[in-house]
Amino acid sequence: MTTILADLNYWVTVFLLVGGLYIVVAHGNMIKKLVGLSIFQTSVYLLFISPGKVLGGTAPIIAEGFDVYSNPLPHVLILTAIVVGVATIALGLALVVRIHKSYGTIEEDELHDLESDA
Amino acid sequence: MVITVVGIIRAHNLFAVVMLGGVYSFLMATVMVILDAVDVSMTEAAVGAGMSTVLLLAVLHLTQTREAPLRHTPAIPLIVCLLTGGALVYGTLDLPPFGEANAPQNQHVAPYYIENAEHETGSPNIVTAVLASYRGYDTLGEVTVIFTAGIGVLILLASGLRPRRRKNVDSEQDPKDNAA
Repeated sequence: MTTILADLNYWVTVFLLVGGLYIVVAHGNMIKKLVGLSIFQTSVYLLFISPGKVLGGTAPIIAEGFDVYSNPLPHVLILTAIVVGVATIALGLALVVRIHKSYGTIEEDELHDLESDA
Repeated sequence: MVITVVGIIRAHNLFAVVMLGGVYSFLMATVMVILDAVDVSMTEAAVGAGMSTVLLLAVLHLTQTREAPLRHTPAIPLIVCLLTGGALVYGTLDLPPFGEANAPQNQHVAPYYIENAEHETGSPNIVTAVLASYRGYDTLGEVTVIFTAGIGVLILLASGLRPRRRKNVDSEQDPKDNAA
């Protein structure tokens, strides 16, 4: 039982990651693909942050009366990753707008049809 | 959070997908507070739940809000995903258990930061100290990435507009420009 609880955070992470991956691979709509990509990224944030938590610790801000702090390093790395992730999504969305302007669709299947017709 | 993701997979209305994505980001921000990552939580709530949702809604306004039904059965993606998931779960069996202070990742440089950050940088918030001081180059790289992405977005959107109506280029770019 303790093993299950000790690894539960990893398993939730894995489920979110696989869910995001499934959306990216299986769905043809590009906006949905991008939402899936952001779920995928967010699950990685969880994978980084959760091992840094120390039971009984507090947030890593030095204050009187606290001796145990959680690991600050993953927090820093993930702060960077969040912002970069949004930049990625913004660039992807710009591509989607551009594709919609040129072809009038954001569905992968319909784009394939247009390609084979041409 | 798990339920939200299942909802996103099943929903065909893209508006619902985007809104569920926002809900998911807020839940993630809440989890980050519980995991003591308050800075990450604030950023995730502002950037992940706020900014991304606004960007996605703007794109929905410019394109379409329905997803076409899948034409082929998603058997191969499902198998690939299950294999990936299985491999990852197998990998987690070797990871240290949750909340352990003596786990390797909490014994590397973290104790040094916690002990020395305040008198070396003058900031009581260790995350800020590491971000701006010890790992300043990471942050510089991050700014470079955002700058590049901003340029890319501007080029992509402007190139589609220029041939027809040059005058509206500036006003059309604004919603995307906020990302930078």
